[in-house]
Amino acid sequence: MKDNSPVGAAANDLATAPRTVKLACRNVWKLYGAGAESFLARHGGDPSAEQIDKAGLIAAVRDVSLEVGVGETFIIMGLSGSGKSTLVRCLSRLVQPTAGEVIFEGRDLLKASDKELIEIRRHKMGMVFQHFALLPHLTVLGNVAFPLSIQGVDKAAREARAREVIELVGLAGRETAFPRELSGGQQQRVGIARSLAVKPEIWFLDEPFSALDPLIRREMQSELLRLQSLLQKTIVFITHDFDEAIRLADRIAIMKEGSIIQTGTPEEIVTRPATDYVAEFTREVPRAKVVSARALMSPAATGGEYAVRVPASAKIAAIASAIVAADRPFAVIDDTGKVIGELRRDAVIDVLAGREGRS
Amino acid sequence: MSAVASVAMPANAIRSGWRWAWAGLIVAIIVLYLNAEWLPWAVVYPKNNVLPLMAVVDIVMKWLVDNFSWLTRGISSVMEVPLDFTIGLFAKGFSFGDGDSAFRIPRLSWLGIVAATACIGFSYGRWPLALLTGGCMLYIALFGQWESAMLTLASIAICVPVGVAAGLAVGIWGHRAPQANKLFITPMLDLMQTVPAFAYLVPVLFLFGHGQVPALIVTVMFAMPPMVRATILALSQVPPEINDFGDMVGCTRRQKLWRVLVPSSRPLLMIGVNQVIMLTLNMVIIASMIGAGGLGFDVLLAVRAMKIGQGVEAGLALVVLAITLDRLSQAAATHKPVLHPPGTPFWHRHPYAMLALAILAVTTLLSTVVPALHEIPASITMTTAPIWAKIVGWINVNFFDAIEAVRVWLLLNILKPFKIFLLGAPWLGLAAAAAVAGLQAGGWRLALLIGLLAIFPALTGVWDKTMVTIYLCAIGSVFSAMLGIPIGILAARHDRFRSIVLPVIDTLQTLPSFVYLIPAVMLLRVGDVTALVAVVLFAIVPAIRYTIFGIRGVPPETIEAAIVSGCTPRQILFRVQLPLAIPEIMLGINQTIMLALSMLVITALVGTQDLGQEVNTALSKAQPGRALVTGLTVAFIGIIADRLIQAWSLRARRRLNLA
Ligand SMILES: Nc1ncnc2c1ncn2[C@@H]1O[C@H](COP(=O)(O)OP(=O)(O)O)[C@@H](O)[C@H]1O
Ligand SMILES: [Mg+2]
Repeated sequence: MKDNSPVGAAANDLATAPRTVKLACRNVWKLYGAGAESFLARHGGDPSAEQIDKAGLIAAVRDVSLEVGVGETFIIMGLSGSGKSTLVRCLSRLVQPTAGEVIFEGRDLLKASDKELIEIRRHKMGMVFQHFALLPHLTVLGNVAFPLSIQGVDKAAREARAREVIELVGLAGRETAFPRELSGGQQQRVGIARSLAVKPEIWFLDEPFSALDPLIRREMQSELLRLQSLLQKTIVFITHDFDEAIRLADRIAIMKEGSIIQTGTPEEIVTRPATDYVAEFTREVPRAKVVSARALMSPAATGGEYAVRVPASAKIAAIASAIVAADRPFAVIDDTGKVIGELRRDAVIDVLAGREGRS
Repeated sequence: MSAVASVAMPANAIRSGWRWAWAGLIVAIIVLYLNAEWLPWAVVYPKNNVLPLMAVVDIVMKWLVDNFSWLTRGISSVMEVPLDFTIGLFAKGFSFGDGDSAFRIPRLSWLGIVAATACIGFSYGRWPLALLTGGCMLYIALFGQWESAMLTLASIAICVPVGVAAGLAVGIWGHRAPQANKLFITPMLDLMQTVPAFAYLVPVLFLFGHGQVPALIVTVMFAMPPMVRATILALSQVPPEINDFGDMVGCTRRQKLWRVLVPSSRPLLMIGVNQVIMLTLNMVIIASMIGAGGLGFDVLLAVRAMKIGQGVEAGLALVVLAITLDRLSQAAATHKPVLHPPGTPFWHRHPYAMLALAILAVTTLLSTVVPALHEIPASITMTTAPIWAKIVGWINVNFFDAIEAVRVWLLLNILKPFKIFLLGAPWLGLAAAAAVAGLQAGGWRLALLIGLLAIFPALTGVWDKTMVTIYLCAIGSVFSAMLGIPIGILAARHDRFRSIVLPVIDTLQTLPSFVYLIPAVMLLRVGDVTALVAVVLFAIVPAIRYTIFGIRGVPPETIEAAIVSGCTPRQILFRVQLPLAIPEIMLGINQTIMLALSMLVITALVGTQDLGQEVNTALSKAQPGRALVTGLTVAFIGIIADRLIQAWSLRARRRLNLA
């Protein structure tokens, strides 16, 4: 909320720009089972999958390191059971990692005392849950005001703030309803409003839309994009749905069996999958939706005549019909307006026809 | 027992091995039974070797009383304060000072209580509940049971809050300290629920002196376990996301407990509260027999004096009170709170509570000038006692021969032979049979446990009484199952029948166990058959309920698969539904046995010669050792049955791939 500058550029611009790190973790492990810590120490902090199996432990998170920048939407993607929820709970210390560091705003969260942790969670963190986790005995208003009332904010102030966020998520008028009287989509709006009531600086969303029907899911994704364009939160978002990931992400981390196997922008992941496993996910994704002009441009021919100028971050899908209809190439410009390359019609048609990429 | 234990074995070889073992054991028992002189010490436990456990307990209790009576009597006098208050409020009024100059505050007006109850009923369930609860209270007033019912209510008003608060506290402790829960709380709960409450009434009486306070303490001890269980269960069933949510908004431990976990498990907790209320009523009735007065005392007096009409009347008042309390607390549990905009004044948010209080205040104030509001005018009370007496008399006149024939037949052909066999059978052989059943159902550890529990009554010198208890309990449970399971099957298969059976057994279950004595005694006078009928009436409910649940719980796909493969309805029942429902049905039988045991202690009030009678004697003679040892023995019978059935039920589940 502090940073209210309008965000005209597409999200990917932010991703490529260097930014301060809000939340990071280094070599985080979470092993379930008896004697996990001593086991990890015995194996020099880096046991193999066989050793873990043999010891009868479950590795929910293996040696994960990542950095999330201020204002970034960072998505953790993976099949069910791949350790996403455990990882995000390690990041918020709902789960105590077996080993590793979690750095939030420059200090190690794992070393924070219970009291400090309560303060951090009260004022800096918000979380949205897959099954909403609304309190059944409170109304919409009561639920949204709940985090503030835990902090001891007085009734008038917390209800005013609650009404503000309820309005923001489009539920004005339903304040007195109970959760059981709302549809799934509405309940999750309440969950979102509740997590925003404290103006968190980092926002964790654990599969927030997975329990919703496909149509509602898309609607909620648009809602999230709208909110994010207003609020500019630092987001850690979990999903098992790759389409959802590429729609919302600045960057995506792909998890498999507790490890992160690739981190990158949707474009990087689609165009340069690190492993066959990742490639399998990206197979069905329409390339035009993720590939940007920057990735497809060729060096500008000197003195070329261009029909239109497009930003480097523009997605091919957005400009395809214009360029296919045009008789001249488009100029690709950077943030400062300088021409950095040109975009040809045949390259675009290749993408649309699914012929690009592997060359 | 052999039937119980020999079913679940998978391999044929093992099965025939067990068969030989059982055959050998049974032959040995019969041979010893017929030739007692061969090994006399194995048939009748030698008197000289009885452990003086009762005497030891008596000595310990005496030492406790000698050294700690200042403490216990102190607690007692502190606890009398709230009890005196509620008794004053509901039944006796208050007076300050002496003689005629005393300043008096009247008790709550009876009309006020009737109207206030209806008013609260209205707030939770509109007119139907208002009419039911108001009507029930009016019935109690008009049929002359008011004084006793209010004494009972005064005890309940103290016991329920204490029981709920204590249960909640212990439950929270158990939730937070799983280790303590496993090692201490759960075993204690199991014991408290199987030891007959009478048995711990005696030591408590001893420690706390005579009066109503010991009755209260025992009542709370008896009524608390379901609240503890409900709390532990409810807290563990809070969805993990809600738990995480509590942490993520930065709740302190206390905030998380009271503002997140407890409120979100309210429905389950309220079921616990409902059970505390019903058990409190049940126990207050029993405890009132040691001098507190109230409905239980009236019933007991009437039953003992064979005053048929009065007995039925007092019993009906009990039923009516139980129904009122049950329906009100259930409605409160499921009631959805109404929302008020912020800033609404208190009396606006709780209009019915305020109205009820206003009614009570006004009628009670008026009662100082209008005597009819204070004392129920004799002109409007009525009694149905003569009618009941006539009905029972008529039944006795017209059906005496038939009833008597059945009674005598049962006695001669089933009860007597079984009793004689159990009393004459070698104790060592029976204990060994129990242990072997344990071995077969659950392995060595279970066998050891059961063996030890089974020789306890021999070692402590109560073997014969134990056999009488087992005989009544076994026959009662078998009859309950033989009647209950077919009713359950019918109800499970016929929707119309089920819609009649379910409400009936729901109501039966809310009635204090004491009530069941009345019809049995009225029709059959005292004796073993009477006890048996009361036991079956009381213990049949779980047999019916679990059979219905078990059969209806068979997954529809399984039934569809059976239909598709061409099963007739009869085949579906016997080949699919019943076998799959067996684990559930066994749980029902398990509860039936527990209820039968608890009922036996009460039937002893009308004269049986079993452990229940021992407890009663110990109670009247104030012998804590005798009471505790016999009480523990009853508990051990319950534990043996429970562990055997659970082990066997687990095997059945495994075999059916359900667990
Ligand atoms: N408390 C726990 N104890 C043991 N294993 C767990 C626990 N929580 C999660 N796991 C295991 O860790 C793995 C990752 O789980 P989770 O993080 O929930 O995956 P995801 O959210 O990606 O579906 C799973 O194999 C799961 O069974
Ligand atoms: Mg998950």
